[in-house]
Amino acid sequence: MTPQGISPLGWVAVLVSGILFGAGLAASRMVEPEVVLAFLRFQDFGLLFVMGAAALVAGIAYALAPRLLAKPPFGARFDVHPSRFDRPTLVGAAIFGIGWGLAGVCPGPAIAGLGAGNLPLLGSLAGMLAGAYVQGRWFGGDDPSSAAAVPVAR
Amino acid sequence: MLDTLFPHGIAPYAGGGLLIGAGVALLFVATGRVGGMSTVFSAVWSFVSGATHFRQRRYVDSRLWRCVLAAGLVVGAALWTYAGGHPMPVTTVPTLHLVVGGFLAGFGARMANGCTSGHGICGLASRQASSLAAVVVFMATAMATANLVAALR
Repeated sequence: MTPQGISPLGWVAVLVSGILFGAGLAASRMVEPEVVLAFLRFQDFGLLFVMGAAALVAGIAYALAPRLLAKPPFGARFDVHPSRFDRPTLVGAAIFGIGWGLAGVCPGPAIAGLGAGNLPLLGSLAGMLAGAYVQGRWFGGDDPSSAAAVPVAR
Repeated sequence: MLDTLFPHGIAPYAGGGLLIGAGVALLFVATGRVGGMSTVFSAVWSFVSGATHFRQRRYVDSRLWRCVLAAGLVVGAALWTYAGGHPMPVTTVPTLHLVVGGFLAGFGARMANGCTSGHGICGLASRQASSLAAVVVFMATAMATANLVAALR
């Protein structure tokens, strides 16, 4: 196991996972803001099938793997998505939606878009990095798990 | 009716969704990790920032695999586009919209602890009510914003 609890073959699996994810984002045309905006303007409802099919496949894995395996073959344990029913989740989702509706780009496609040659999406990528910084630096202090701090040099 | 709702059919969308789901599923089954994409935007700041928020273990301990996953996204999209022979048009969305929209999407996703993939795929896949609420909220504000912007242009 490496320091992050992932064995060497696990790193290959992480990369292959990303490749599948990125190919899917390109195949579903999520990396084209015009396609996303057409969905949000009720002109093409196909994007419902992107989220639906992806959530279905992921849901089967999330439900079955922890029952069939004591632990993942290349990791220490099965994680759970840390979702909370609170105000920041709802307010943050509302702000996220405004940004998504303005740009037509969300985090995955902003990254994958570079591989697809949609270079103007670099503007969104820079905006997201800045937005994540401002959120964490000035608005992220109330996070309940922030006590577990790690110094910069490690 | 179907042609109106789905002018480009559903095959490319469902097919792409299956690929995305396969990636999320492989990540989980092989390593136990839950991979929404927005967290990497906070995790990379842990390489350079001393701010308390970015020193949390959940960022520092996950930043490497999140960066490898993000690199995979770029490679996968490039393979589909160039090796697969599916060139796509470069966007004509105004730069201001891309940058400001990106900023709000980055800020909001980190505040909500998830985005279209974190809540919309991973959260729904693990049947979390809070993620369903987040999806309903961001779909509503995104649709309102996109229609408003289109009406004003």
